[in-house]
Amino acid sequence: MPLSTQSQGEDEQYILVTSLDNARNLSNLLKAISFKDHAVFTTTPNGLKVTVEDCKCVQANAFIQADIFQEFTIKEDLITFQVNLTVLLDCLNIFGGSTSAGISTALRMCYKGYGYPLTLFLEEGGVVTVCKINTEEPEEPIDFDFCSSNVTNKVILQSESLKEAFSELDLTSEMLQITMSPSQPFIYHRCLFLLSTFGSSGSAHYDYSKDSDMMELFRCKETQTNRYKMSLLKPSTKALTLSCKVSVRTDSRGFLSLQYLVRNDDGQICFVEYFCCPDEEVEEDS
Amino acid sequence: MKFRGKIIDVACLNHFSRVITTISKLTKTCVMRLTPDNLFFVLSGKVTNGGVSMWCELHQANFFDEFQMEGVSSEFNEICLEVTPENLSRALKTVQNAKSVKVKLTKKHCPCLTVAAELPSLSSNSRVVTHDVPVEVVPRSLWHEFKEPSMPDFDVSIYLPPLKTMKNVVDRMKNLSNFLVMEANLSGEMNLKIETDLVSVTTHFKDLGNPSWGKTSGPIRLPVPQINPNVVEVTRMTPHVSTGDAASQDGGASQSRDPEAMAEVRVDIRKLQQFLVGQQVNPSKAMCNIVHQSVVHLILLHDDVSLQYFIPAVA
Repeated sequence: MPLSTQSQGEDEQYILVTSLDNARNLSNLLKAISFKDHAVFTTTPNGLKVTVEDCKCVQANAFIQADIFQEFTIKEDLITFQVNLTVLLDCLNIFGGSTSAGISTALRMCYKGYGYPLTLFLEEGGVVTVCKINTEEPEEPIDFDFCSSNVTNKVILQSESLKEAFSELDLTSEMLQITMSPSQPFIYHRCLFLLSTFGSSGSAHYDYSKDSDMMELFRCKETQTNRYKMSLLKPSTKALTLSCKVSVRTDSRGFLSLQYLVRNDDGQICFVEYFCCPDEEVEEDS
Repeated sequence: MKFRGKIIDVACLNHFSRVITTISKLTKTCVMRLTPDNLFFVLSGKVTNGGVSMWCELHQANFFDEFQMEGVSSEFNEICLEVTPENLSRALKTVQNAKSVKVKLTKKHCPCLTVAAELPSLSSNSRVVTHDVPVEVVPRSLWHEFKEPSMPDFDVSIYLPPLKTMKNVVDRMKNLSNFLVMEANLSGEMNLKIETDLVSVTTHFKDLGNPSWGKTSGPIRLPVPQINPNVVEVTRMTPHVSTGDAASQDGGASQSRDPEAMAEVRVDIRKLQQFLVGQQVNPSKAMCNIVHQSVVHLILLHDDVSLQYFIPAVA
């Protein structure tokens, strides 16, 4: 592979060298979080975390473990830099991001350190593209302080079923209300996990029962109703489309965590996570 | 002034329609030149179209089963029409499965190219669909603007990589930048480069091969390994180089030029994209001539169609 013929001498200058036989394994995950231009890359010997935020209210993280990469060499314990995600995605898909079997773009991604560009070497069918993406001063990602110990309610669903729900949601509604309850608070339904919208043409409710085949796990401590801005949650559907399972959690403050399990082309598993703040004025709906 | 052509063969009809569609992707209007042997679609480089020029040549005999024309005079046996290829393409698309298609120059409320198609019918009555595509007749005094462009005195001539790959790369680069640098050398290497505040991207193509427009005593020929009509095409395409000083400079430049040295042109990326988007069939030969910092001359050769496209350099 021409990429591996990069001279060793040059490699030594890099503090981070990673390579992937199939660039789609990275680009797909990044697409799932690409709702803003700026992405912070946090690299440790365990792997790569890419963070995107919007309005200080929503944060998406894509995790790519070190063993997903064919090569993952890091010379420092922690490397952080920020790049323009849209530009990076265009670079990763420079050869069209072909999905047909047998054709894949090989990637080698290198970084020399603070102030240097992120360098990508991409190769497909003997054609090599070199991209130098200028890095930016990384912004400190918000700590949503979402601890598993504070989780009040948690459900794990097949992404299939949530995809269906999201595709039918009334997008004229400004809010998406999520209700999770251990009991049966509603008269007609045995509603335990309920998505509601309040749009211009009326309200709509989408509910799941505990016994549904789509429900893998249901662990609710108390009834919780929270509203989230639809505009903030909408980008998460990109991750939903890619994923096979999704874990929906809320903590005692009403913060929402959506964890998506994504299986890549090679059958390996990666995660994408979304955090979202609840909308402040939670009124009791009578 | 008369023109009447008839296409019966479905394959010819499809092919003709594809050529027109390709042209419609390249330009909104162009001039259609009819001669007893050929059809030409010409766009001359004007500032209004960004200085891009185009020359597309078809042998009528390869498309038409009947072809009758009478030019403006016996001395100038040609017809020049300004057409909107998009309209012509649309008319041809709707008659894809016709038994026969006639193309006629008619005088309705204005001059028109009338596309009359006889469609298959189950009953004995035939169904005929007629499209009138308005055209403008270009007066004799303006014909000189639509002459075949001369072969530029290029620094490097090189075969293009697969157009699909090139299109993918250019499409992405267009998302990132408005301008692209195309550079190539005589060692079969071509690079596409963009550079902005955010990113610099270079795609390296190699082993492309350089056509040797070797100088012979006769016209300059492209040595094509197999016997095919392209040889004739190229020969015919480059009469201007054959006798002028350009030819000797050419041969000289190519031989004395450092094979590694790049000739480069910075172009409007949209113009290159347009050219790549339009390609509906893979040509048997695709090549490009680069005049350093001046112009890119793209040439596509199909069996019976040749297309030349010139993109000027931008500062």
